[in-house]
Amino acid sequence: MTDQTVRAPQTVTRTPRTRSEGEEAYLEVNDLHVQFPTADGRVQAVQGLSYSLPLRRTLAIVGESGSGKSVSSMAILGLHDRKSTWISGSIKVGGKEVVGMSEKDLMSYRGADAAMIFQDPQSSLHPFFTIGDQIMESYRAHHNVSKRAAKARAVDMLGRVGIPNPSRRVEQYPHEFSGGMRQRAMIAMALVNDPKLLIADEPTTALDVTVQAQILDLIADLQRDFGSAVVFITHDLGVVAEIADDILVMYGGSAVEHGPVEKILGTPLHPYTWGLLESIPAVSGTPGALHPIPGSPPSLLAMPSGCAFHPRCEYRDRVGGDLCATLKPELIPRTADLGRTSRCHLKEPDKVFETEVLTRLP
Amino acid sequence: MTAATTTAKSGVRSMEGAPLLELDDVKMHFRTKGDGLLARGTKWVQAVDGVSLTVQSGETLGLVGESGCGKSTTARLITRLLEPTAGKIKYQGVDIAHMSERQLRPYRREIQLIFQDPYSSLNPRHTVGTIVGTALRTHGMVPKSGELKRVQELLEVVGLNPEHYNRYPHEFSGGQRQRIGIARALAARPKIIVADEPVSALDVSIQAQVMNLLENLRSELGIAFVFIAHDLGVVRHFCDRVAVMYLGRVVEEAPRDALYEKPQHPYTQALLSAVPDIAVVRGVPPKQRIRLVGDVPSPVDPPSGCRFRTRCWKAQDICATNDPVLEEKAPDQTVACHFAEPPVESIVAEVV
Repeated sequence: MTDQTVRAPQTVTRTPRTRSEGEEAYLEVNDLHVQFPTADGRVQAVQGLSYSLPLRRTLAIVGESGSGKSVSSMAILGLHDRKSTWISGSIKVGGKEVVGMSEKDLMSYRGADAAMIFQDPQSSLHPFFTIGDQIMESYRAHHNVSKRAAKARAVDMLGRVGIPNPSRRVEQYPHEFSGGMRQRAMIAMALVNDPKLLIADEPTTALDVTVQAQILDLIADLQRDFGSAVVFITHDLGVVAEIADDILVMYGGSAVEHGPVEKILGTPLHPYTWGLLESIPAVSGTPGALHPIPGSPPSLLAMPSGCAFHPRCEYRDRVGGDLCATLKPELIPRTADLGRTSRCHLKEPDKVFETEVLTRLP
Repeated sequence: MTAATTTAKSGVRSMEGAPLLELDDVKMHFRTKGDGLLARGTKWVQAVDGVSLTVQSGETLGLVGESGCGKSTTARLITRLLEPTAGKIKYQGVDIAHMSERQLRPYRREIQLIFQDPYSSLNPRHTVGTIVGTALRTHGMVPKSGELKRVQELLEVVGLNPEHYNRYPHEFSGGQRQRIGIARALAARPKIIVADEPVSALDVSIQAQVMNLLENLRSELGIAFVFIAHDLGVVRHFCDRVAVMYLGRVVEEAPRDALYEKPQHPYTQALLSAVPDIAVVRGVPPKQRIRLVGDVPSPVDPPSGCRFRTRCWKAQDICATNDPVLEEKAPDQTVACHFAEPPVESIVAEVV
C-alpha cells in the first residue's frame, strides 16, 4: 500500500498578515506604573507604559529580563498581590478598568475577558487533577452548566488545539502529556471561555523548535477563528517577525520603541533595538561577528538618570551636552513616519541606521 | 596498547596521528524500574544508541537536536561523567571509556565542561577565587603561592574584574556567572571543552557577549569545542562542523555551510525550516515551513528501522525494516537516510 513516489513534506507558507486599520482599541494601557516596595528600596518595574491594541491584532512585547514586560502583562490580568504592589495608571480591557478592580470583579473578569498562557506548562498545570478537570473548572467558573456539558466543551477545545484523540486525553493527567501537548492543553484552557484578549508570556520558550512552530501556527489560527487581541511576550525577534503586527520594545521598565513590526525590525530607530539585532546569530546570510551591547541591564532599584539606556549606549556622544544622562527622552515620532514612536535624543536615527548599523547586519 | 603510544609527563597517553577525540559506536542505556517483582518489566532508555563522532585538535563540533535526543548525555559521556554501556571513547587514540577514576585523573584536566545553568553550577558558599582556585589546585596547575595571581589572570581573560576574586556567585549577574564557569574550565588549560548549552540561559545581548568571548578563546588558545545547543543560529555562528541528533543517534553530519545550505536528511530540513527567521521583515520572502506531525517517540521503545520514520513524509516500507547507516552523500557530509537528497529550494530564507 506504499506509493512509490516520494511524497512532498507537509508545508506551511507564511503569508504576510492582512491588517485591520483604524479599529477601536480593545486593550488600552495608559501611564501604567508598577512598583514593589522591598527592604532595599522601591523596585520600579514599570514606569509610565502606554499602548493600545485593537481586536484581531497581535502585539509583541520584547525585552530582556527585568525590562518589565511580564510585570506589565500580569497587571493586565490583575495578578499582582495588592498588598505588596503599588500600581497606578489605567488599564482598560473592553471598556472595563482593571486597576483597582475588586477581587470579586476580577474573578469574573479573568478568563472571560482576558486570559493568559504561561511559559512553563509543567508548573502551571496542577499535577493532581486531570487535564479535563482543569479545563472544566475554568469553564464552569463562568458558565452555569452541568459537568457533562462542561466535559463536552473540554473535549471540543482539546480537539481544536490539535490534541489527537481528545475524548481519551481529557481523562489524563499532565504528566501523561508531552511538553508541546501540555502547552496545547494550556491554550485550550485559556480559550475555553472565549476571551477577547489573550496574553501569551513566552509560550514557546521552553519548547523545541519544531514544536514551537506548531504552537505559533496554532495561536495564529485560533486568533483568526476567535477574533481576539493577542499580547505576545517574547525575547526572540525571529518569532516576533513571524507572528506579530506591532512590536513594543521595552528597556528598564519603559517602552523605547513602538510601531508596526516591519518598520521597527526593518528600520529600527533606537540604539537598543539596533543592539538587539546585532546580537542575534542568524540562520541565513553571511555569518559575521556579533556586535553585542556592552554592559548589563540596569538594576530596577537604582535606575540610571536620564535615558535608562545611556550607560550602555554607543551613540550617546553624538548627542549634544549630557542630555542623555539628565533628561529622559519622550516616546515620540522621530521621523516623518507617524505610525511609530521611539524614545531617544539621537538626531536623524534613520540615517545612522542605514549608513552604519545596517552594514553590520548579516 | 600499540607501540606508537607515548605517555606525556602529565600521565596522558596518546597515539600518534590519532584525532583528539573519537567516539566509536558509543551507547548509553539507562535502566528504568518496571512495575513487576524481581525486576520484571525492566526497561532500558536508549539515551545514546550508537554515536560515532570525531573532533580534530582545535576544531569546533556543534551538536544539535531537540530535547531528549541524547546530546547532553553525549556531553556527559565525553567528559566521562557517565560510563558508556558500549563503545569506545578515544582521547588521542586511547580508549577512556572504562578507565577507573584514578586512571582518568590526567584526562579530566584536558577535557573540561561548561554547564548550561550559571546559577546551579557554582557553589553559592564559595568565593569566585575558591571556585577557580579549586580547579587549579585539583590539577596541580600552579604552586600555592602563585594561585591568586593565576586566578586573577583567568578572571581578566574572561572579562571579569580581577579584584572581584573574593566575591560570591550571587553578587554576579547571569552572564558574569557564566564567565566564572568558563574561567574555571580554562584553569586546567584544557585541550577540549564540552560546552552544554552555554548561552541558552542568557539574555540576547549578554548571550552575544559570551559568544564573542568563547570565539576569542578558541582562536587565541586553540581549544577544541564540542558545542551543544538547540539554537541553530548560535551553532551556525560558532561551529566548523555540525552533527544533528535524533533519538540517540546522529542522523547527519557535515561542515557548517553544507549543513545549513544543503541539508540532506529530512529531519535536518524540518529542523532548519522551523526556525523563525527575522530576515522576513527585511523583504526576504518567507520560506516554506515543513510541519512535522506528532512528537518524538519514547527512547524506551524506539521505532524499528529508521527512528525518524514515524514523523517523516518520505517514509516507505524499507524505512521500517532497514536501519539506514551514516553514508557519505556529498564530500564530507554523512547522512543516515534511505532517501537523502538536498532540498529543492533553499531551506533557510534566500536573500534576493
